[in-house]
Amino acid sequence: MSDNHERIRAILREHGRLSQDPSALGDNADLYQAGMTSHASVNVMLALEGEFDVEFPDHMLKRNVFESVNAIGSAIEELTAGR
Amino acid sequence: MADGGQDARRAPVTARMSNVSVGIDLVQISAIAESVDRFGERFLARVFTPREIAYAKASPAQFASRLSARFAAKEAVRKALRLDGVAWRDIEVVRHDDGACGIALHGTARDLAHSDGGGLAVSLSHENDQAAAVVIATRDA
Repeated sequence: MSDNHERIRAILREHGRLSQDPSALGDNADLYQAGMTSHASVNVMLALEGEFDVEFPDHMLKRNVFESVNAIGSAIEELTAGR
Repeated sequence: MADGGQDARRAPVTARMSNVSVGIDLVQISAIAESVDRFGERFLARVFTPREIAYAKASPAQFASRLSARFAAKEAVRKALRLDGVAWRDIEVVRHDDGACGIALHGTARDLAHSDGGGLAVSLSHENDQAAAVVIATRDA
């Protein structure tokens, strides 16, 4: 799980357009408050799909799914469950 | 008669405001171009409809700015209607015969909004590296 969080942080660093380095953000820190735009969240989603070999279904394209490292981690866990 | 006149001046304002909502969004055009470069067709297909992509590609010089204005419009619709959990391509910017733009809602967006987009007005703008959209939504009382 913590390995996933590091992989998520690496993607946020590259695609999230955050105002600070993701390593300085807590797992529950609000990424939108940290500067992530809706467009950046699309880039993050596409990068996550490549990194974890998953596809986010339309019903998961919710603001709260991408609002924190923990929230993204839970979504990845859900999408990779049963592998 | 005088009382009626006062009521007529007061009441409609409240009624009208409760049926109108607005959304606005601003997008950096170079950032959209970067997404196209990095993610290619995956980005285009997840966010835009075939008609929107065809319209943007019809003018290579304006490709990124047209996509950016449309992205801003989609986000402005989400804000105006408080839509969440809907596909980006289910919110479409359409062009009418007279060149004016409108919004068409599809799939889950149409279901959640209880509208095909007919009650939405949109205005797009872009200059230099910025594209913007404003959407006004009106609902029947």
